[in-house]
Amino acid sequence: MKFLVCISKTPDTTTKISFSEGDTKFSEDGVQFIINPYDEWYALVRALELKESLGGSVTVVNVGPAANDAVIRKALAIGADDAVRIDAEPQDAFQVAELIANYAGDQAYDMILTGKETIDYNGAMVGAIIAEKMNLPFISLASKLDMEGSTAVLEREIQGGKEVVACDLPLVVSAQKGMAEQRIPNMRGIMQARTKPLNVVAGEAAAKTSVAKYQLPAEKGAVKLIDADNPAELWDLLRNDAKVI
Amino acid sequence: MSVLVFAESFNGAFKKSTFEVVSYAKRVADAQGDALTAVAFNVSDAEAAELGKYGASNVLNVSNDALSGFDSGIYAAAVAQAAQQAGAATVVVSNTPNGKAFAPRVAVKLNAGIVSGVSEVPTGNTVRKPVFSGKAYADFTFNTEHKVIAIQPNSIGIQEFGGSASVEAFSPSLDGIRGVTVREVKSAGGGVPLPEAELVVSAGRGLKGPENWGMIEELADLLGAATACSRPVADTHWRPHHEHVGQTGVAIRPNLYIAVGISGAIQHLAGVNQSKVIVVINKDPEAPFFKAADYGIVGDAFEVVPKLIDAFKASAN
Repeated sequence: MKFLVCISKTPDTTTKISFSEGDTKFSEDGVQFIINPYDEWYALVRALELKESLGGSVTVVNVGPAANDAVIRKALAIGADDAVRIDAEPQDAFQVAELIANYAGDQAYDMILTGKETIDYNGAMVGAIIAEKMNLPFISLASKLDMEGSTAVLEREIQGGKEVVACDLPLVVSAQKGMAEQRIPNMRGIMQARTKPLNVVAGEAAAKTSVAKYQLPAEKGAVKLIDADNPAELWDLLRNDAKVI
Repeated sequence: MSVLVFAESFNGAFKKSTFEVVSYAKRVADAQGDALTAVAFNVSDAEAAELGKYGASNVLNVSNDALSGFDSGIYAAAVAQAAQQAGAATVVVSNTPNGKAFAPRVAVKLNAGIVSGVSEVPTGNTVRKPVFSGKAYADFTFNTEHKVIAIQPNSIGIQEFGGSASVEAFSPSLDGIRGVTVREVKSAGGGVPLPEAELVVSAGRGLKGPENWGMIEELADLLGAATACSRPVADTHWRPHHEHVGQTGVAIRPNLYIAVGISGAIQHLAGVNQSKVIVVINKDPEAPFFKAADYGIVGDAFEVVPKLIDAFKASAN
């Protein structure tokens, strides 16, 4: 099977977020970047597991400038066979998805995977847009993915539970917790990643939204401490003050 | 132009998140001076008319077996055709699991910009949503005439407008779309499903072992809350993975989040920082979680939680 895994470069989870140019730009100063965890831990690792049992290849694709190559090499170190970087500045989900769909259009991938969302813009949109652009079925928020012959069987989140769905290839999947376990690249993988192909392709697509301004949340007021010996006060405050119970 | 809202239903009935998104869309429509049309699938006309209370003036009611199981492509085709039927430039959906799957496809069909996870009513052409896992907000503007807005459930609340809606049958063309086959639907069963729970009681390593979760479950039962846990607790299999809230688990936004014996690492906060009220119980007064909390109790969970249970029972009587 031929897999394409879409990976996004995001700030490390523990990054302190700040903005520049009058709160119109995310400030990258001193920020450590990683592969978006949902893309890496779940989508990429499950594609590798399926390739290992069924044969085939795993390609990772990223939209971004040459500065993204370090993060892309990490995906190769984890086990992807090759990588494609679409050389464009990512602007919104629509533009990123359109670039990937345009690239993937004539590549005959059996399955395209993304993480359920990125941890920077939390949009959860790229997979669905790729699917619509390529006229493919899309299964979102999948926590299990197995193959029965040429049919993919997935468990996906729904409101109030889960459902099991089956779908013939090709298709697009967004992955979340449960699908696989994080893999730490070993030294051999890191060495091999240096010589694996990382192909740079050109692409053009327009964004349909822009960020006008960022804002940090209002400072949280000081915590109101309640005496451990007077627990009734908590219920009183939650009922009459916060009005949440 | 008008505004179209998708009214999601489950076994022929609407959920709270549906009434919330309809009342949100009504405010969007009012701000634009437009009428609000809703589209619903496989509900009775009487159920469809309920949406009038929350601001819809017309409901396009679609009856089609192709929509009885969920497929993102088929749902998107039906909603996009309803938008054309209603002459809508703005489509509003709830950012539920199904909404996330089909709303971006609607945007492609309508050549619309889309912003998902919106947490406030738009002002002009601008919509606000939390970004960086709740560590900041971003105001998005649309570069397109058509817009799709997916609002985060439990962020705006339900508003009743006391109107009534006319209901008309609508038959979109849904043939020839290759979709998925739904084999089985598993409801969460028992308890309250975590992602949409309004009250959540959560515990971490401070509880020392899975055998000590009885008091957490008892407290949750008393409140009608869902139970949750921190990542180390799920990773050591003290609790099931689906209870893990945080950066790589479930992100929740309940009205009340009670955290017992959780220190409040930044990865955990990323999953709960949209909670309206946070209560932290921890024996370490320096636990970082207290900085993100509204109410705190410094004390040993094994002493404090039983006292809280007793006090709740006493206050409820």
